[in-house]
Amino acid sequence: MSDTPNKIPQTEPHQSATFDKLTNSQIRRAAATGIYDIRGGGAKRKLPHFDDLLFLGASMSRYPLEGYREKCGTDVVLGTRFAKKPIHLKTPVTIAGMSFGALSAPAKEALGRGASAVGTSTTTGDGGMTPEERGQSKTLVYQYLPSRYGMNPDDLRKADAIELVVGQGAKPGGGGMLLGQKISARVAKMRCLPEGIDQRSACRHPDWTGPDDLEIKIAEIREITDWEKPIYVKIGATRPYFDVALAVKAGADVIVLDGMQGGTAATQEVFIEHVGIPILAAIRPAVQSLQDLGMHRKVQLIVSGGIRNGADVAKALALGADAVAIGTAALIALGDNDPELEAEYNKLGTTAGAYDDWHEGRDPAGITTQDPELMKRLDPVKAGHRLANYLTVMTMEAQVIARACGKSHLHNLEPEDLVALTIEASAMAKVPLAGTNWIPGESKF
Amino acid sequence: MESLKYDLAKIPLREVNQFLHSDASLLNGKHIEINNPNGAHNIAVGLKSEAIVTIHGHAGYYAAGMNQIADVTIEGSVGSGVAENMMSGRVHVKGFASNAAGATANGGLLVIDGDAGLRCGISLKGADIVVGGSVGSFSAFMAQAGNMVILGDAGEGLGDSIYEARLFVRGKVISLGADCEVKTMSLEDRKILVDLLERSGHGDVSPESFTLYGSARTLYHFNVAKSGAY
Repeated sequence: MSDTPNKIPQTEPHQSATFDKLTNSQIRRAAATGIYDIRGGGAKRKLPHFDDLLFLGASMSRYPLEGYREKCGTDVVLGTRFAKKPIHLKTPVTIAGMSFGALSAPAKEALGRGASAVGTSTTTGDGGMTPEERGQSKTLVYQYLPSRYGMNPDDLRKADAIELVVGQGAKPGGGGMLLGQKISARVAKMRCLPEGIDQRSACRHPDWTGPDDLEIKIAEIREITDWEKPIYVKIGATRPYFDVALAVKAGADVIVLDGMQGGTAATQEVFIEHVGIPILAAIRPAVQSLQDLGMHRKVQLIVSGGIRNGADVAKALALGADAVAIGTAALIALGDNDPELEAEYNKLGTTAGAYDDWHEGRDPAGITTQDPELMKRLDPVKAGHRLANYLTVMTMEAQVIARACGKSHLHNLEPEDLVALTIEASAMAKVPLAGTNWIPGESKF
Repeated sequence: MESLKYDLAKIPLREVNQFLHSDASLLNGKHIEINNPNGAHNIAVGLKSEAIVTIHGHAGYYAAGMNQIADVTIEGSVGSGVAENMMSGRVHVKGFASNAAGATANGGLLVIDGDAGLRCGISLKGADIVVGGSVGSFSAFMAQAGNMVILGDAGEGLGDSIYEARLFVRGKVISLGADCEVKTMSLEDRKILVDLLERSGHGDVSPESFTLYGSARTLYHFNVAKSGAY
């Protein structure tokens, strides 16, 4: 300790938790530009998630299955309620809807190739169906969106299932955006828009306004397709109990429930981070709704929003989902945000892993772009192979966990196999806090 | 012309629509009459042949939805979404149409002799719509391409956030939506108008009595100065 009277000990510089560096940079950006921040991806903030759950595994009271010997089924059938031709998938991990426009044609082709290689489905997006995508996708789900960009009855008939999109987790209540940089001649033609404009997709369907109308709309699509195709209804996670009940009432074969971690091609940062709820909080109310209607497993539930590995898959299924969908994770498997491109991300003012200005169309990985030179960087065959590998690993990981819990099929996983690490996760997933019998809101501590 | 009659009071709609989806070689040029529609929804949807269909009475939602090639006449009024997402062909409503008539239609001609409700021609993508009467509020919202001819009046917010569609209105417009303005009618515009009037049975109406509305194109790019209009 110094005896110098003039030197007063200083505290460490104390950054505010409220006004942290990110927040301050957001304020400065807003002050400089006068317009909100637009980006791609899903919620980036720390949220209660599947990491907050653990499987108990088998021990004295449960009997495990041999890891490399005994069968553990992974297949799923979607659309058993009304469709004449339900979809049979070999893995419950599907590819979420992402548009041609938001993604390059080679990226869409790669998604189709990867999904088809492992026997799962891929999904179109807000921009119609491309021949590349249809050609490479053994099972293709065709989205029916408020904008109806590229919607036509010929493609409707070519689809294996139809997903009527009411909302998505990144922006429940909001429409899409595709800024001028990505409205190339081909994208503009498919969407019937002037080239190069900043396109705003509708947030509401143009010809129905509520669940009673939706019932008639679903019936129309069934009539057009002669009742062959499964019809999904996709909702952003907000009020899952009631939304699921209304979707069932409207005649859905399958419900797709997307949490706030689910990505978007572009919308306002404030929308992504502050509207909607995490998928962990949405699954149990959705399943409860199906159970209360006697429709659990009759109307299938696909959940999405932050699914990253086989553990997430197993946890989602244990909570009652029939399948999951991945979007952001699939893009990473294709090559998005790869550290090998760090120098190029730096030039864009960001770093690998954080790049989210997908709307600007300058993606060095050639995935979220319509730039002819950039998109050449993605080899759809190799990228499709990477995606297939990743999907295989996720499926095998989920099997590892299911076998350890003594389940001969992923769908035999159940909430009783799970505990929670946090009180929040316990309350949301309605499984006990680890080491206790306590579920907040359900039982006394 | 060979005529086939279906009575919806006796035969399920599913059976009728399934027949209407038969191979085009079986349907081309045939006249199919549908009796006793009684406001049923989804009549004659998803047609893809040169069939001529007449619905004798009122139809419900989405009559002739997603029509391709076929010629469908409704001898009555229709519910919401008549000829929604039509690709080609012709749909003629002899009575009135409810909301969202011709929504998102890509091609073909929709003729409504009476009035149309709210949001007529919403997100229009290239089809032509002729309304003999008036249209309700928010018609041609986000209309991208195609032409609307309105012989009567238009409600509030006509052509809000319109892209490249043309709106020909003969009567009063209560108000225009964001980015919709009066345009000078070019010779090409006039030719389109005259053609549509003739094809919809209004060939005796003077094209000079119409005003053309279209996009001011000020909202095509995000612009801080225009934030109040978004």
